[in-house]
Amino acid sequence: MSRLLLRGGRVIDPEQGVDATLDVLISEDTVAEVGTRLSARGAQVLEMKGLVVCPGFIDIHTHLREPGQEHKETIATGTRAAAAGGFTAVCAMPNTEPVNDNEGITRLVLEKARVEGAVRVFPIGAITRGSKGEELSEYGDLREAGCVAVSDDGHPVADSRVMRRALEYAKAFDLVVTDHCEEPRLSEETCMNEGLVSTHLGLRGEPAVGEAIMVERDVLLAELTGGRAHIAHISTAASVDAVRRGKARGVNVTTEVTPHHLFLTDEEVRESAYDTSTKMKPPLRSEGDRQATIAGLQDGTIDCIVTDHAPHHVDDKKVEFDKAANGVVGLETAVALCLDRLVGEGLVDLPGLVALLSANPARVLGLPGGTLAKGSPADVTVLDLGRNRQVDPSRFESKGRNTPFAGWILKGWPVATIVGGKVVWDDLKR
Amino acid sequence: MSFPHRHLLGIEPLEASDIQTILDTADGLKEILDRPIKKVPALRGRTVVNLFYESSTRTRSSFEIAERVLSADSLSIAAAGSSVVKGETLLDTAKNLEAMNPDLVIMRHASSGAPHFLARHCRFAVVNAGDGAHEHPTQALLDALTLRQHKGKIKGLKVAIVGDILHSRVARSNLWLLSKMGAQVVLCGPPTVMPPGIEGLAPVTYRLEEAIEGADAIMMLRIQLERMSGGFLPTLREYFRRFGLTEERARRAKKDVLIMHPGPLNRGVEIASEVADGPYSVILEQVTNGVAVRMAVLYLLLGGSPEAAS
Repeated sequence: MSRLLLRGGRVIDPEQGVDATLDVLISEDTVAEVGTRLSARGAQVLEMKGLVVCPGFIDIHTHLREPGQEHKETIATGTRAAAAGGFTAVCAMPNTEPVNDNEGITRLVLEKARVEGAVRVFPIGAITRGSKGEELSEYGDLREAGCVAVSDDGHPVADSRVMRRALEYAKAFDLVVTDHCEEPRLSEETCMNEGLVSTHLGLRGEPAVGEAIMVERDVLLAELTGGRAHIAHISTAASVDAVRRGKARGVNVTTEVTPHHLFLTDEEVRESAYDTSTKMKPPLRSEGDRQATIAGLQDGTIDCIVTDHAPHHVDDKKVEFDKAANGVVGLETAVALCLDRLVGEGLVDLPGLVALLSANPARVLGLPGGTLAKGSPADVTVLDLGRNRQVDPSRFESKGRNTPFAGWILKGWPVATIVGGKVVWDDLKR
Repeated sequence: MSFPHRHLLGIEPLEASDIQTILDTADGLKEILDRPIKKVPALRGRTVVNLFYESSTRTRSSFEIAERVLSADSLSIAAAGSSVVKGETLLDTAKNLEAMNPDLVIMRHASSGAPHFLARHCRFAVVNAGDGAHEHPTQALLDALTLRQHKGKIKGLKVAIVGDILHSRVARSNLWLLSKMGAQVVLCGPPTVMPPGIEGLAPVTYRLEEAIEGADAIMMLRIQLERMSGGFLPTLREYFRRFGLTEERARRAKKDVLIMHPGPLNRGVEIASEVADGPYSVILEQVTNGVAVRMAVLYLLLGGSPEAAS
């Protein structure tokens, strides 16, 4: 029986209310015990002195691109990027080619992940067939095959009747409906946030309210149907407010935010002189919106932090700004950014951040893990709060290099990732 | 003293003193255009490429004439009839041009920021001849030269810019230039074509009469007819009735008002023919000044000293 002892680290397990210097004993693929002075007999020992030991981080919004766009990312490279970035599990969005709207694709993704994946992969199925926004896909089959939620990913569900039916039907299979909130008519032909910066740059902007309109709608539809709505990558003050009000009256709604929306604004598009690594959906917003997302994290309106990892090939990005693909990579920078900019700046405390990256995302989608309680999956993320490193895209495990954070020097990095009791990423200093 | 910029990507990054230098240089070079032999050897042996991804009559011919007068070796590439129609990317086209070692590339492109992209990835100097709705710096410079010739100065002038501000690179470049040079700008047009936040940069009015009142110059912008499909305007008829410049409306301006337009004109849409062809119109002088300003820009970016031009 293989045993692994993580000795003497600061163990933070928000689910258990634990924040203390403890040992974690892993037996096979589960947590056997958490305590002091645990016996190392028969176990491989990893010294965790000076490090932080957390439940494995879970990114519930990742694009692995396989099948169909393997030149951008594969399940192998994307999950390696996840491991390197401190994530033990990722939820794979269905905007593959073909779209993951049936059990065949779901099973393919899971089988590939089983054979080639460095971390756990939980597929998300499509809300509608082909993500066309018209007919619902077969949620029962998707759930049975292993999908943990449904989403049309980058395609907002424009038709309110379809969204209503999705929220209703998904209840039968305990599926969360994750919606990309964007009023499509208000964002036609746009490539950034609408505001003074888009006016300066002469780029067509989408108004922030285009997101809030759909968030309000989804909150109201979740209230009407009793379904489970999850608002993807929230980015505006009005959207955060809509979720906050919805939660206050008991609506079953949750939401997530990305590091780029937490730490950058549309000014970045100007300062970078139209650098396409500042282009994504939703676009970088105003400073007021950015502040509102941080406030949303602080008061619990925003449930979790996700990467919206969207790797692109250089050919899709090294073009004119309005012609460039939307999206940035995030798996290998998210944790360090949050440690440096949220915890380092005193905006969120460390146990709070750990919850936002582990217990909370697990709870949002009902996933296993998110805790180090005895008997849990042995998924562990180890942090070194003292480590300083510069973001260097040329060292990414991901095929994507499209990050707006290149060159940032960040303090606090994930240094080891353990999935099911196996060390899948090891950057520990010995 | 040499000009402190390698590229001309817009007016916004320039200082007032840079604008002054370009205008003074243009004044100095303008005289060459009146000579019987319109040619000086200033840019002999320098290679200039005109890369036009959008159609253009005025700007392109104006640059071409400026290049020839200054004895640069130049060639023009229009998107139609080039490998662009075969699907070549902007970067590949630019890299191929770069391999032929031109000193300067003048580009017009429908994408805002395309000249910045070129400047970032290539060795040659870049002049923006209009990028999307971002900037058209040489248009603003030729407008400024025209204003200065008639009014002696730009500081203190009241200038109305009227029309589709949202989609206009001319409006943006002029707004930057006139503000930097101390003119008082008023923007006017239907609210559907006013870009967000612009009222923080200059006063905005939806009433043409108010914008024109006491103006030293009125810059009318072209209404791009394709905008009609975007639902920005109900009809061209109403546009002309509410925002078109007629003789009667123009009377509210100063007596010696200058009527300007970057061209091409939509007669009877944004401007009445009587005004466009009337005594206060300097529309064709703008075109003449376009050559002088472009000579100045090429001359300065390719290393000429401002003093030598005067």
